[in-house]
Amino acid sequence: MSELRPDLAVIADLILPEARVLDLGCGEGDLLAHLQTNKRVNGYGLDVDEDNIRICMAKGVNVIEQNLDEGLANFENNSFDMVVMTETLQSVRAPDHLLKEMLRIGEECIVTFPNFGHWRCRLQLATLGRMPVSKHIPHSWFDTPNIHLCTFKDFEQLCTDLRLRIIERRVVDQRYTERPFANWLPNLLGPIAFYRLGRTGHA
Amino acid sequence: MPQSRPANPPHSQQDNSVGVVVPQVYRHDKPLTLQCGVTLPGYELIYETYGTLNAAKTNAILICHALSGHHHAAGFHDTAEAKPGWWDNCIGPGKPIDTNIFFVVSLNNLGGCHGSTGPRSINPDTGKPYGPEFPNVVVKDWVNSQVHLADALGIEKFAAIIGGSLGGMQALQWSIDYPQRLHAAVLIACAAKLSAQNIAFNEIARQAIASDPNFFAGHYATEDKIPDKGLMLARMIGHVTYLSDDGMREKFGRELKSGDLGRGADVEFQVESYLHHQGRSFSQSFDANTYMLMTRALDYFDPARDANDNLVEAVSKASAKFLVVSFTSDWRFAVERSKEIVDALMAAGKNVASAVIQSDHGHDSFLLPIDRYTKVLQAYLRRVAQEVVGE
Repeated sequence: MSELRPDLAVIADLILPEARVLDLGCGEGDLLAHLQTNKRVNGYGLDVDEDNIRICMAKGVNVIEQNLDEGLANFENNSFDMVVMTETLQSVRAPDHLLKEMLRIGEECIVTFPNFGHWRCRLQLATLGRMPVSKHIPHSWFDTPNIHLCTFKDFEQLCTDLRLRIIERRVVDQRYTERPFANWLPNLLGPIAFYRLGRTGHA
Repeated sequence: MPQSRPANPPHSQQDNSVGVVVPQVYRHDKPLTLQCGVTLPGYELIYETYGTLNAAKTNAILICHALSGHHHAAGFHDTAEAKPGWWDNCIGPGKPIDTNIFFVVSLNNLGGCHGSTGPRSINPDTGKPYGPEFPNVVVKDWVNSQVHLADALGIEKFAAIIGGSLGGMQALQWSIDYPQRLHAAVLIACAAKLSAQNIAFNEIARQAIASDPNFFAGHYATEDKIPDKGLMLARMIGHVTYLSDDGMREKFGRELKSGDLGRGADVEFQVESYLHHQGRSFSQSFDANTYMLMTRALDYFDPARDANDNLVEAVSKASAKFLVVSFTSDWRFAVERSKEIVDALMAAGKNVASAVIQSDHGHDSFLLPIDRYTKVLQAYLRRVAQEVVGE
């Protein structure tokens, strides 16, 4: 078996054997295929991309063609132990609603997104006066699927507003390698934000 | 076990055809008690096979047909036959249901009119055709009769059971009633039960047949008549519901048959001509009592009924993996109906994958060689092959 992509390996480590997992925007299904083989997890992945769906099927991954913008109303409360969404939050129509939904159907969730507050973005906007284009946000403003970009600070404010509990925050790069140095000023130095969230204690 | 081997090399223009196939008949000599309580003393099923059953007998695929389908799914009955079997675009060497890998079994269901025991068969009690006295057959009965065919072929477990529409219902029923006997169930343009609107269309079709003066309450054979007008009308209604508004616009537009409007001809628009042709050819070949029986089987299908009207509970017995495919313009078996199946399977923790195929061709899409649909089936079934035969 080939080595799991480092970013997915970080997530896989956080998932318990036989957990019920839902992967929103599962791509080519690498995470789920890995969990299936190594952790006896038969999770489900949602995606809308034709090629991704076909590739998932060829891997024996449970891929469901479903658009996240149409919501998750078809899933019962508490039907999953972990709901994962990697670098998809910024491209959905209603990120706030989706986050609430993720923690309705899942005990915990993992969310990652590119940090728009990264110094490169700030520098481009400040000095060139142009919308930032960088390694972790590679699209031009007119053709970007990223319609809801945010920063660490924005996201944490939303979590507070939605009363979501931040269990863990990591500051990582594109390969999800930890950037301990960036922890000092995550909003300025962290390219990718990685959060593990849960519900607030009181009912 | 004999196989329907190609008798001649395939035609040159059909490199990926299974070639000429010879239908066979399975005779079941023991009684079969149906869900309606009636016991058939025995029955025959006509079937075809394509490809070769491997030594371990793990590479078999069962094709379940839809309302007006039959056993002749692929290849040709003789070199003069103009059109191949009804799913030839999908079954053959290198095609999604790849006969280089799989051994494919396709039958005509009990109650059919293409060679299996049905209303046209002789009732041993009376020495006359059953006609309308042929007992009511439901999807569960079909599955039970197919199990006996599988036993006779030595197939303990199918690699996959595949069906579109009513055929998908049979695959779903198999997965619930005989969970150990299939590895995968492929449900295409299917529903866990018909909607009221869908039943309504079936009832209109039945009424069209019943009100034909040549129907004689189903005893038309004794009167030496065929209720062809009724059958034709039933098929025309059916056809409209199997297409989509956009699909019909694209195919026919408002094109005129003669190029001149208002001459009072019987058939002025191309769409009329098409429907007349479809209806007429159907009425010449299909048995009216079978049509009544098959549409009833569609209407009655509701596996959740046996599980407190809870589909999740019903499918919890299954152990197969599922593929559920639907088509955007299908309003007879809408995408939502497939989603209901997918949601129930996920809630029951079953292995399931789904695809919603963009298509303008309505319910008929499941019979067409739509590029993405073909690729989805191919990818899924290749994986199935890896899982069951290691290929």
